[in-house]
Parts: sequence; C-alpha cells; structure tokens
Amino acid sequence: MTARNTARNIARTNAENNGQNGGQNNAESIAQNIMVDGNEAAARIAHALSEVIAIYPITPSSAMGELADSWSQARQTNIWGVIPDVTEMQSEGGAAGAIHGALQAGALCTTFTASQGLLLMIPNMYKIAGELTPVVIHVAARTVATHALSIFGDHSDVMATRQTGFALLSSASVQEAQDLALVAHAATLRSRIPFLHFFDGFRTSHEIKKIIGIDRDVIREMIDEDLVTEHRLRALNPNAPKLRGTAQNPDVFFQAREAANQFYDEVPRIVQEEMDKLAGLIGRQYRLFDYHGAPDAENVVVLMGSGVGAAKEAVDHLVAAGEKVGMVTVHLYRPFSIDHFVDALPETVKNVAVLDRTKEPGATGEPLYLDVIAAFAERGGGPRVIGGRYGLSSKEFDPAMVLTVLDELAKDKPKNHFTVGITDDVTNLSLPVERQWREDEDVVRAVFYGLGADGTVGANKNSVKIIGENTDMAAQAYFVYDSKKSGAMTVSHLRFGPGEIDSTYLISKANFVACHQFNFMEKIDVLDVADDGATFLLNSPFGPNEVWDQLPANAQQHLINKRLKFYVVDATSVARTAGLGQRVNTVLQTCFFALSGVLPHDEAITAIKNGIKKAYGKRGQVVIDKNYAAVDSSLAALAEVTVPNAVSSTRQLVEPVPADAPDFVQRVTAMIASGKGDLLPVSALPVDGTFPTATTQYEKRSIAIDIPIWDPEICIECARCALVCPHAAIRLKVYDPAALEGAPDGFQTKPWKGRDYEGMNFTIQVAPEDCTGCTVCVNVCPAKSKAEVKHKAINMEPKIDHVAVEKENYEFFLSIPEMERTKVSPDTVKGSQMLKPLFEYSGACAGCGETPYVKLMSQMFGDRIIIANATGCSSIYGGNLPSTPYAVDDQGRGPAWSNSLFEDNAEFGFGMRLAVDHQTTMANDLLAELAPEIGALAGEILDADQSSEDGIAKQRDRVVELRRLLTALDSPLAKRLDTLADYLVRMGVWIMGGDGWAYDIGFGGLDHVLASGRNVNILVLDTEVYSNTGGQASKSTPRAAVAKFAAGGKATMKKDLGMIAMLYADVYVAQVSMGANMTQVAKAFAEAEAHDGPSLIIALSPCIAHGIDMSTMMAHQKEAADSGYWPLYRFNPAEADAGRPPMKLDSRAPKMSFRDFAKSEGRFAMLARANPEHYEELMDQAQDDIDNRWHLYEQMIHVERTAELAVEEGEE
Amino acid sequence: MTVDITTKYLGLDLTNPLVASASPLTGKLDTLFQLEEAGAAAVVLPSLFEEQIEHDSWAVHDLYEYSSAISPENFGGYVPEMEGYNTGPDRYLDLLENAKDKLGIPVIASLNGMSPGGWTKYAKFMEECGADALELNVYRVATETNTTGSEIEQGYIDLVTDVKGSIGIPLAVKISPYFSSLASMARRLVEAGADGLVLFNRFYQPDINLDELKVKPDVVLSSPVNLRLPLRWTAILRGRINGSLAASSGVHTGEDVVKLILAGADVTQMASALLKYGPSHLATVLFEMESWFAERNYESIEQGKGSLSQVHASDPEAFERTNYMRSLVSYSSRY
Repeated sequence: MTARNTARNIARTNAENNGQNGGQNNAESIAQNIMVDGNEAAARIAHALSEVIAIYPITPSSAMGELADSWSQARQTNIWGVIPDVTEMQSEGGAAGAIHGALQAGALCTTFTASQGLLLMIPNMYKIAGELTPVVIHVAARTVATHALSIFGDHSDVMATRQTGFALLSSASVQEAQDLALVAHAATLRSRIPFLHFFDGFRTSHEIKKIIGIDRDVIREMIDEDLVTEHRLRALNPNAPKLRGTAQNPDVFFQAREAANQFYDEVPRIVQEEMDKLAGLIGRQYRLFDYHGAPDAENVVVLMGSGVGAAKEAVDHLVAAGEKVGMVTVHLYRPFSIDHFVDALPETVKNVAVLDRTKEPGATGEPLYLDVIAAFAERGGGPRVIGGRYGLSSKEFDPAMVLTVLDELAKDKPKNHFTVGITDDVTNLSLPVERQWREDEDVVRAVFYGLGADGTVGANKNSVKIIGENTDMAAQAYFVYDSKKSGAMTVSHLRFGPGEIDSTYLISKANFVACHQFNFMEKIDVLDVADDGATFLLNSPFGPNEVWDQLPANAQQHLINKRLKFYVVDATSVARTAGLGQRVNTVLQTCFFALSGVLPHDEAITAIKNGIKKAYGKRGQVVIDKNYAAVDSSLAALAEVTVPNAVSSTRQLVEPVPADAPDFVQRVTAMIASGKGDLLPVSALPVDGTFPTATTQYEKRSIAIDIPIWDPEICIECARCALVCPHAAIRLKVYDPAALEGAPDGFQTKPWKGRDYEGMNFTIQVAPEDCTGCTVCVNVCPAKSKAEVKHKAINMEPKIDHVAVEKENYEFFLSIPEMERTKVSPDTVKGSQMLKPLFEYSGACAGCGETPYVKLMSQMFGDRIIIANATGCSSIYGGNLPSTPYAVDDQGRGPAWSNSLFEDNAEFGFGMRLAVDHQTTMANDLLAELAPEIGALAGEILDADQSSEDGIAKQRDRVVELRRLLTALDSPLAKRLDTLADYLVRMGVWIMGGDGWAYDIGFGGLDHVLASGRNVNILVLDTEVYSNTGGQASKSTPRAAVAKFAAGGKATMKKDLGMIAMLYADVYVAQVSMGANMTQVAKAFAEAEAHDGPSLIIALSPCIAHGIDMSTMMAHQKEAADSGYWPLYRFNPAEADAGRPPMKLDSRAPKMSFRDFAKSEGRFAMLARANPEHYEELMDQAQDDIDNRWHLYEQMIHVERTAELAVEEGEE
Repeated sequence: MTVDITTKYLGLDLTNPLVASASPLTGKLDTLFQLEEAGAAAVVLPSLFEEQIEHDSWAVHDLYEYSSAISPENFGGYVPEMEGYNTGPDRYLDLLENAKDKLGIPVIASLNGMSPGGWTKYAKFMEECGADALELNVYRVATETNTTGSEIEQGYIDLVTDVKGSIGIPLAVKISPYFSSLASMARRLVEAGADGLVLFNRFYQPDINLDELKVKPDVVLSSPVNLRLPLRWTAILRGRINGSLAASSGVHTGEDVVKLILAGADVTQMASALLKYGPSHLATVLFEMESWFAERNYESIEQGKGSLSQVHASDPEAFERTNYMRSLVSYSSRY
C-alpha cells in the first residue's frame, strides 16, 4: 500500500468505526467511566474470561450473546489472547449441553440466557454442578410464562434453579453486573461450584448507566492461573483416560451426592474473599449480604436485584429523618450462608420484611422469605419476619412502595404474605401505597415521548452518553415501549445528577418533558408526568402563536396548573429541510440540550456533533453533514410559547375504544390500551389467562400518514390488494346492489365483471384507521391507468384528506352482508378474498411478510380451526395484550388460539389434534349408540361428506337439528353427546410459528409430529431469522446473509426443511411465496387442509430484518423465486397414491442470478461492503446451493414413490 | 517487421494505443491483471459516482436506523452493525491503490461527481492514492427548461478549471457528443485545463418494459457501428485542439483501432468487446492492429496518426457531410 496522506486520512477517519454502539469497543484498556447497559457490563467480563461461548437468543439476555458474537467476529481476544469461540445452538438446552461438553473437555465456558431458556438448561445444570465444574451462566432474570408469557423481569426463572447445585449470585445494578460477573468467574474457579450470575431483566439488563469500567489488568489479577490449569487437568483426555457420568445404584448414589458438601460449605468464604480481593483492586467493596441503613435499625427490609436501588433511596430518606430502618441486599443467594446473613443485620433489628420478586403458589412463602425464616430459626430467636411479593414482570417498584412496606412492618400486626405495587381486591393481600415520593431536586429528570421509527430512543442513548462522558454527572437511561411493532410509542426516561443515581424506577415527576410526535397530544396524557415548573418541548407543526388552540383541554390544564415553560419547534420541517426525512431526533436532541442547560451551549453543540460523528461515522460523510446541518438550524426554529391563563380548548383526549365496545373491552382493554393497565385491580383480570378474541376492531390506532384509495374506474377485480394487506385493512366485498341502500355519498362501488357473480356489485374498501400505510397493496396492484401509468387502481393519498369519508364508508362496508362461504371458491385468490378475514388489524410491523398468510388461512378455514402458535412474532402480534386480532364471523365462529412455548409448539398442536379426534370419536360412538332414537339423521351425520364448504355447512345444519332432538331426548347419553356435538363438524388444527421454532428449537417435536400421520397443518412463517428477538440467525438463514449471531455472514447453507419432511412419504409439503405465486399459496393451503395426515407449508415471509423496503416485499418474493433462491413446489402424497410422482415444481428454472437477487437486500449487501472477499466466496457457494438444489428438485419431480405401481408400469 | 506502436496519451508514455476503458473488468484486480497480461497499455478504472456514494450512505443509514427501537425485544436494530464497512470512497480508493501497487501499466481513475466540492475532493483522493491520470466522466441530463446550453457548458468549463486546479496529475475529460458546437466545446475544455478528451461517453439510457409498463435504465454493449461517431470527431478535432484524443465506443477489432489512429486518436479505449469476448480479446486486437501497420510498412503508428484526419484527408468535407446527401441521392436514384 502506498502511503496515505492527509486528505485521504480524513476520508478514512470519517468512515471509520468510532465505536458506534459502545458494544463494539471491548478494548484492552478500558476508560474509567463507561456508559453501558447491564447486558454489556456482564458480557464484557464473560467474553474476556471465556474460551467457548454457546449462545441462543432470548429476551432480555440476547444482547449478551450478540455482543460476544460481534466481539469475536471483530477478533477481540480474551485475557489469554485468544478469540473466544462463540457458537449459536438450536436451543438453550443445546447451549447448556454444548457448554457441559466443552467444560468436560477442559474449556472455560459461559452462556447467557433468561426465563424459559434457563429452564431448558436445568437438566444440564444439575449435571454440571454434580460434576463440580466451574462455569458461569449470566442471566437477565425474566418472568417464566404461566397464564401468559412476559418478556419482562422478575426472579421466577432464577428461583427455578435453586435446587440444581449452582451458586446464585445477584447483581442489583449495572455497576454490579460488571463487578459481580468478575467475582462469579473468579469464585467458580476457586470453589469448583458453577455460578449463575443474575441481574434483573430490562431494569438492569437494558438500563444504560455510567459505571466505572474494570480494565483487563484487574481481570487478570482476579484469575488464578493455577486454578485454570487445574480445571484443564480435570478434563477428559485419552492420554490419561477417566470416566464421568456413571450410572449409580442405591448402594452408593446417596453417599456420592453427599461427598460434595464441603465444596458448598466453602463457597461463601471464597466469594467473600474474592469480593474483598476485588475491593482491594477497584475500591468497591461488596459483601454476601450488604447491610445499609441505621446502625441501630429496628425495621429492615431484605431483597435482591434492581429493587435495591429504590429501597436504598427510601431507607436513606427515613434514616435522614432519624428513623431506625435499614435494608439488606442479598448478593450470594445460594449457597445461603446463615451466619453471614444474620451477622449482617444490626443486633437491634426487631422486624424484617422479606421482599420476593417471584411467586410460588401454594408455598408457605416465597423462597427468600423462607430462607430468612429458616436462618433465624436455625440461629435461634431472631426478629419477627414477614414476607411479600413485588415487581412481577417488571411491575414498577419505587421508594413509595418501600416506605409502605416499612410502615407495615412497624405495625403491631403487619400483614404477612402481602403484595405491593398492585391493587388486590380479591384476596386483599396488597398494601395500599399512599406514601408520596419526591426525587432528589438535584437530578434532571427528563421524559421523552417518541415513535419507534423517529429516532427518539437512539438520540436519547446518544444524549445520555454525551452527558455521561463529558461531565462528572451520573447518568441513566431507561426505555419503555408499547406492545405494537408498527407505530410503536417509546417513552425514554433519562436522569442526570451530581450524585449516584440509584433510582431503579420510572420517572413520575419529570422536570423536562418532550413530545416528539404532535398527534400523541390527543392520544395520551403526555403532561401527566410533568412536575410543577417543568419545561415542555413539543414538536409542533404549529408555531408559538398557533399551537395553544391546537392542544386538547387536558394539556392546556397541565400547562397552566403546573406553570410549565412551554416551547415548540417544528422539528419535522427542520429535519426535512436538512435532508433527514422523518428523523426528527437530531433536531429535538439539540433543543433538549439548549433548554435543559445540562451542558453550556457551545459545549453541548460540540458534544452533539461529536456524538453524531461517533454514531454515524461509518455511514458516510453525507449522513454526518446533514445531521450537522440539522443541529445548526434547530435552535433558530425553537420558540417559547406564552401560556394563557385559562383553558380554551373543548377538545378531549381521544377515547381508546368506542363507546359501543363490549363491557370487557371498556373495562379492561381500554385501560391497557391507554397506558393505564397498572391501575387495573386483580378482580378485573381473567383468573386463567383466557381473553375474548376479536378485540383489535375496537382499538383504532390510526397510525398511517397516507392510505390507499380505490379508483373503481381502473380496477380489474384481481383481489391482490386485499390478499397481500398485512393488516386486513383493505377488503373486498361482492354483494347484491340492493345492499347499497343507505350507502354514504362517497361510497364507491362497481358492477362485478366476472360471469361468476353476474348482476352483483363489488367494492374495495380501506379501513382508514387500521391501515399502517405500508403501501404493499399499491405495489402489487397490476391495474394502471392507460393515460398516466403511475396512477393505479389503488393509490396512496394523504389520510388527512380522506379519513372522514373513508371512516364512514368503512362502517357502511362492514354492514354489507358477508358473502356466503358456500358461494365462493376459497382456494382461489379472488374467492378467498370475498371471505371475511378472521385475523385483522394486528400489531405486526407495517408491511409484515407473515401476516398475509395468517390472514389468508383465517379466511379459508378460520371458522373451524384451533391454532397452536409457537412463541415469536406471530404469538406477539397474535396474542399480546391489549387486543386480539383473531376475529369472528357473523355466526360468532373464528379461530381459537393458544401459545404454549417456543420449543413445543408442534407437540402442543398435536395434543389438540389428539383431543379433537378423541372427542370426535366419542361423539360418533354416542351418535351411533343413539341412532335408534335419533333416526336417519344419525346416519346422515356419520356418513357426511365434509370435504367442501357446502358439506360443512350442511353438517352444521344437521348438528343444529341433532341438538334439537337431543334436548328432547333428555337422557344422560344425549346430554353427553350434546356437549360433544361440535366435534361432529370437521375441525382443523393449524400449528403455526417461525423458522426459529420449526428449524431449530422445535424441530425435534416437529419431526415427531410429521412422523405421526395425524391430521395437522403446520405453517412455517419463514423469515429466515429469529425476527421477534431482533434478527438472530437460525438454520433457515441463508448462506451469506448477515444476521445477529452470524455477524460475519452465515457460512453454512439454509436447511432444506421441506426435503426432510418429504422423506416421510405421507406428509404433504409445500413451499410457497405469496409474492411469487398467489394462486399456488391458496392451492397449497387448501390441499394441506384436505390432506388427511400431517401437512407442512413453508411460507417465505419477508421481514425488516432482511434490510429491504417492506413496501416492495412482494416483488422481493418474486425475485426470490425467479432466482431459484425460493423455488415453489408442492409434494402431495395423494399423487403418489395415484401412481404419479408426488412432487410438482410450481416455479420455473432460475432466470436471474442469486447475486442479482441478493444485491437488493441489506442482509447480503452489508457483507459485500464490510468484507467483499468473503462475500464473493459465500456468494459463489450460495449460487452452488441454489443450482444444486434446483438440480435435485428437477430430478425429484420425476421420482415415483410407490414401488408397486412403478413395477406394474415396468411390467407393461 | 517491427513497428513502433508506442504512443503518448495525456503526457503518459504508453506501450501501445490500446487502453481498457472503464467497465466491470477494470473494477477487479484479477481481471485488471488479465487485461495487463493481454497487452493493455493502460487501464481506466470504473467511475466513482459521488451520487452513488451518497445514496449508499443513506441506504445504509436507513437500514440501521429504520428498524431500531421498534419493540422491547429488539433494542438495537435488526441487522447487526458491521465492522469495517464503509459507504464512502474507500473501496474505490483501495482498488486504485491495489491496482497501482500490483500493475506495471498506468492506472487512470475515473470520477463522476455531483457537487462542485465533491468533484475536487474525490479528485484529490484519487491523486493521493496514486492515479497516473484522472478521467472526468461528465454528463448530465439537463431537464430544467430554464437552463440554457451556455450555462451547462460554462458549468463544465468551471468544473474542469476547478479540478485541474486541485490536482497535479494529467486530466482527461470524457464527454458526450451532445453539444451544439462540439468543436468549440472541445477547445474550451482543453483551454480550461483538460490534457485530453475522451470521445465519447456511453451511458445508461432508459428503456420501457412493456409488460410492467415501467421505465428501466439499461445499458447495451456497443457494436462496431458505434465507431462512426468517435471516428468522425477524432478526425475533426485532430490538429484543432491542443490535447490528447482518446477514441471510445465501438472499438471491437484491430481494424477499428487502425481507423481511429488514422483519424487521429492517440489511444483507443475498449470495453464492450472485452466484456463480450473476455480480456484476452485485447491481445487479438493488438495483434491485428500491429499487423496492419506492419504489413504496410509503417515505421510507427505515430507516422499514420491523424493521416486521415480532416485536416489531412483527401476529402475533408466527407467528415462534415450528414446522411442527408446520401439519402437524397438514394431517393433520387429510384427514378
């Protein structure tokens, strides 16, 4: 290379990685102060001290694996100068098994997990502990799914491992997540006891905080090389062979189990010594049980995890007021050292309240409580102890609640087994929180409301880093999201202050509030969080003189009552002018710094610009320049608003659900939807997690800016727009023109041209407030104006111009009678779209590639199916509160839906099939038994042909008649049959989930169900990554694609799941792609449903993780088929039975290269940019994969499966 | 039979008049080697497009920003932010540096800028990375109905002046034939600092896809018939302007090269034929050209260079005639 000189180096510097996300700079020497979240804090230690790391994604721990993977990809070494080998496994069970094996073979290992993932590791954890093997598992503690899944934090997962023999070490903060991670790694080597190091999911794992980093010298100092050697010498080695994992019998097992006791006895001493050693190196002293509070405390709370921060503030507050209170932070929870615990408490303690962040139904108390009781009992005497639960699933836990608990503790007869933080009006266990809490006035408390896509979160991460790194202030950031993936609201909670920030709870009194989206003002009570005298910054298209009149009354009231300082900036215009499009983050960030005064003006501007350069450096100079321009023009656009003295607005907040919604929706759904779910009492919620369906219709989110408007003049009635709409927000109805009576003026209609429905009219109608504006419909519309090609039969137009008319139109449209199922061909594109979608308005991403398939399935069979849904995107948009997209037809029928786990979905659905079949058999048997009394109808029902819509409709009629007869019979048998009569009508079971489930974690079960011969339909929504957890690679991820956990481009080929399934000769298999061939999709669905055995449909589902413009996702699917990347086929065993080759190829031989297809997808294109040589290599291999597979399939279409028929033909 | 086939282009001494012009073949080291092997006297790297760099930057920025922070389960975007990628000019400059490092023949960088600052900035980068010369790929579709031809022309002149003023290496300007007065424009460009002109640009032209009713940008490979345009203008400009002339478009055979040299080209640039027949085709062309001169006992190609230029041709008017005359004749002859 020639020497580079100045100008070139400037170009280089601008383009260089400047440590974009903090996660990329696990460098040899670490600065004193670093801004990291809990996951990164723990992962940097784990990566530095491991050789083999097995990973698997699960929220909220995924980031630890992602960071470890990316550090290793970036050739970052551990303290021994070697790059840790990071490998993704097929499940957490697999990760634990791999770690177990690697440990046995002498490596230093770690893994990261949470919740169900940790539960899957339990069997191996017993083994690892039983074999006294040093290892650390880092856990971002998360709720275990019970009546519902929750991704949020509590200790239910960790508590389920108490019995495994692992030591459990708890960190209460981001700082501790780093420091105690190191203690865990050091102590496991010394004690030989494996460690589970945990911190609270989200509250600690995702809280960004300024902490003091530990540098590598300290890490090296903490690790005793001799212990590493000892670990290696214990490894299995054929040069000195030994055997582990024996089977033992009653004679010795018990004694052997007791033989390890002394190792556990040593753990508390070892951990304390390691904590002391670390204190000597870094000055931060930890104890197994840290006491904090009055030295003569009488009332003490005991807890562990992030709640410690809130408790500390409350205790400090009371101690300062002279009260005798204190708290104990539990760090080493297992082995529980009674002596250390009791000795940690002042002798003056009279009352102890133990707070558990978990629930153990039926127990005499929660685990920590029982341990404390036992500890005092064993030592004899001791204070009075009560226990309570708090903070399940990240429920807020703040100092006011701690004050409440301490108040209760001081009572003569305190409530035991209480809960705090909720209102339990059923069993009345909750403590009413009446105490108020005011945060320290020194702390800047800023709350920002933004949209997921507007960059608010990114800018706030940036801001907190700027302040953390440029000042002596402590800094903390925490982010809250709503449950929707499209149009999701984010709330950022930022604190800055001179002292330590222990506040591990949301800001309730903010002295700075910013609303980055003007339309939030009428949806939520944005200013409720504002403290008196706070500053309010609003991104407003209205200037300082106009904005007041545009605010709803509640906002005006807050502004007046709280004497808020009110500023507006038209950030949207400034951003647009600067060339930043919708991304208002830079503008608002600049205004925040200007108004908050956290930094002096010039310093702030420089820091923001440095932050931009750091964050976007790699993206190119033009990105930096335009953001700089936005910074420079922001302040000129900022204006103060003079707040009038009186409320003038008559506008109120928009009601979250319409007034005519059902009672449950009014009482419960509406509260959750408007962000007030915390206020719901226990009695409001179903006891078993059962919820009504068809409730998304009441939650009008109205998030689109442009919506599709139909032009009947041009429409060719192809129904594609309705088919592809991910949110069922474009609909087609064919109806008798008589139904148009009373239609609103603007309602559009036209005669149906096809001969099939002669004399009828049809309408394509948008649901204006349910549309997300994704534009997929317009992209697939094939009908173009002859005079102006860009004008199609549907066109995106500003919602503001159309919403009023279209709302009325849509309401009328819904009132038009639905087409009878018997009159359409559901297995065609048009026919299916004439049926009501029984899956509508989900919270899926705008342009989701999965939901069109789910919707189609709901149209074709939704009135008679049960769905087993694997955990993942489809279970989140399908089953996340507040509302449910699965809907009902005009008879009240619709999909019944449930989610069990991620790993067991095939088995779960299989069980449903067994139950349905069994009950059908019972019903048939009872019917046969009752036939003499029922007469000819019994035979008609038993022999009914239910292979068509017509057959099903007739059978339903027969069952109605049967029920009438049964009521008249009034016998026990008749009553039994009455309860089972529904099963006389054909009922389908659809097993649905993503590729993470089908290809990886659930494959064993899926395989078993495919082999079962039972009639289940398995729909794999193949996004080729773990979409829901953020885009980690699965075995479906194609070669050369970049994904998390495959940060260097996936080096292995995509698994051919369909081919595996075809080897079971009786499985119907189809590979489909809506964008490539819509008719084939509908046919495959119909054939799968008709096949009396297992069916597997693998459906290509584009995802934003592919790095594409989702509006063009159908075109991408077409190219995927055209390039042979995604061949379409159907493998129908019925064909084999008829003596024909069972496989049919439904797409043509590749006509474009894989490179041409791949270049338009970010997941491939980024590798080309980052590592062109490797890209070329992988591209060649990927093309070979495609060529070879196509070659194989071409042979397959000639292959006959039935030997007998083949022989007969041969003989002829 | 030995003919001196060396030539001088932009002040560079070249072993022969065959230059591989900008194409995918000059975008990769291995094909660059093959071109050198086949006898290319110099190579022009593909154009660095400022617009593309900017577009690319935004596309990548959107990729990382768009999907971030949409749900609590996806904290940091879907596609992992990669190490070592760049959306700036680095890839191009790396290719240039590598080509300079590994090839023995001159390497000419090519630039298609967008902003005034962009042209000079990237030109400097290219010089710093060792380019032996720079070729400006200037062509813009002037769609503004208020912009006059002279404004466009002045813009080109200013651009050449700016770029020339910012670099020390020779500068070629690759132009289109679409000027009202090409000869005048050619002179002005040279006076503004161009050391030579490349005749002509071939660029993407839109086509219409009748199935999808969509406009699709497309480029078709040149064919020998395209030779006529550069042939005419080489012949016209030879001796009229004080700079090198490179003829490009439609150079497929040795005879094509000969024709252009006789018309006055210092070098000829090839792309389509090499894409069609492979880099080794250049050796065939070279052999054919050399044979032509040898068989006719030329001492050097310099001897024949421009011998059929308009200034030197026996029928100079022929270069000015348009098809009108011939059409008229053929029209008349039918009676």
